[in-house]
Amino acid sequence: MDLVSPADFVKERLESVQAYALLSWQSITNLFSTPRYLADTLVQADLIGVGSLPITLMAGFFIGAAFALQSSSTMARFGSLSLMGQLVSLSMVKELGPVLTGLMVSGRNASGMASELGSMQVTEQIDAMRALGTDPTRKLVTPRVVATIGMVFILTILADFVGIVGGLAVSRALLGLDAHEYWSKAWQALVAGDIVMGLTKPIFFGFILATVGCYFGLSTKGGTQGVGRSTTQAVVVSSVLILVADLFITRVMMLIFGS
Amino acid sequence: MADSTSLAETSTALAAPAAAGPDIRFEDVAITFEREPVLDGISFALRHGETKAIFGIAGAGKSTILKLSLGLMRPDQGRILVLGEEVSAMPEADLFELRRRLGIVFQESALFDSLTVRDNVAYRLMEEDVVPPEEIEKRVREALRFVELEHTLDLLPSELSGGMRRRVAIARAMINQPEILLYDSPTGGLDPVTSTTIVELLVKQRDVFHTSSLLVTHRLQDAFTMASHVFDPQQNCMVRATPEQRQQIKMTFLILHEGQVIFDGTLTELKGSRDEYIREYIS
Repeated sequence: MDLVSPADFVKERLESVQAYALLSWQSITNLFSTPRYLADTLVQADLIGVGSLPITLMAGFFIGAAFALQSSSTMARFGSLSLMGQLVSLSMVKELGPVLTGLMVSGRNASGMASELGSMQVTEQIDAMRALGTDPTRKLVTPRVVATIGMVFILTILADFVGIVGGLAVSRALLGLDAHEYWSKAWQALVAGDIVMGLTKPIFFGFILATVGCYFGLSTKGGTQGVGRSTTQAVVVSSVLILVADLFITRVMMLIFGS
Repeated sequence: MADSTSLAETSTALAAPAAAGPDIRFEDVAITFEREPVLDGISFALRHGETKAIFGIAGAGKSTILKLSLGLMRPDQGRILVLGEEVSAMPEADLFELRRRLGIVFQESALFDSLTVRDNVAYRLMEEDVVPPEEIEKRVREALRFVELEHTLDLLPSELSGGMRRRVAIARAMINQPEILLYDSPTGGLDPVTSTTIVELLVKQRDVFHTSSLLVTHRLQDAFTMASHVFDPQQNCMVRATPEQRQQIKMTFLILHEGQVIFDGTLTELKGSRDEYIREYIS
């Protein structure tokens, strides 16, 4: 392995950040001029949304159920088991639903985008596309970004719902709580700020995972080994960025809506 | 070989007026990869209707010249003019317009593997969104007939042999009758019989449409064949050119060595060269 000087290392990283920022910016600005690839966006929405539905629903249900089960002993100790609905719904809507959905979709689709675009890159299909007069950021990146944002948004709402249902199933079956009470507390606990926070996060998470997946795909070098490397990097980087963004969005939302 | 009259007519109808200067001009172009200079101040010109074969050892920068011509890469130094436009200074958004006037056949064909042969060949026309579907179908069939692959319309690239993929790539490159064609090792990795079929197609393209072209190749024999043969429409195949016909063939050779152009001239000049490296190269 060649040794790289610290200056070159920093330069390379800065160039990567610059290239990623430019790609992200283009993916948005492309929306305001023609051509727009609506059919490609719908195909991607189907692949990302419908394709990720089973894993998101299953993950949402079981995380809600496990969360209720884990919290029950502590809540019972303080005699507040009846607040289970409130705890689960707030946790799912504000935090677990968006983050879990972001990570699940990232694992499935950021990797898929990186490997698909990476394969196209190493087989010169991206160059061919440019040579044939098509801007790859318009044709490949923007449809994926738009579709991912839309689908992560919808999947998060579904994950939130099934997570609360999972908590209900455990509360009813194992903790002997009243279903009606659980449900009404879960519903009443949510205020506008919680819902705005819970629905803002997936927009950012969808943007992050799609742009990171596309960036690593389009910057793939080194044949099939490079495709594998890009795929892994896309999942790792998008997952970490989602968690980092989660902290910042939570803080900003708390400043706006109060804790 | 199949009938090419209608394509030739389309070509004549679509052809834009030739730019006043050469179709491609490189002026003192240099590019470096990983601190290694690949092209070090090269200059050459491709005249209208000319075919220029570019030679050099692996890594000499032959494919880089094609990518620079299309604006897929930017030089570190120098100017590149294509059809009168300075591609080395154009923003990417403007380059897409210019690239529609050029065609390229990539080294490994670079067909879109999720699209059928029909959609691959029609890609450029479908993207332009100005040609009616029936016209697209007609032109796709004509282009595929030109490369004798009309029967592969609904196949995927993975179902084709290497030679067939190159021929589909040629059909895709010529679908809108570009003013310049760029071939990146079109016979690389193919068996001699298939290579001859591809060379015959290049000769046919050159003699039927008179398109200017840059041909990157490792195989001197391919370029020598192109310089010594013409397409005969009566026999529908490539035939050895008469001495008079050879004079008419606009074919030149360019050799790269250590980032420099060490030869740029005709076949006769190449054969008469006294440069030791060139003599060894062509022997």
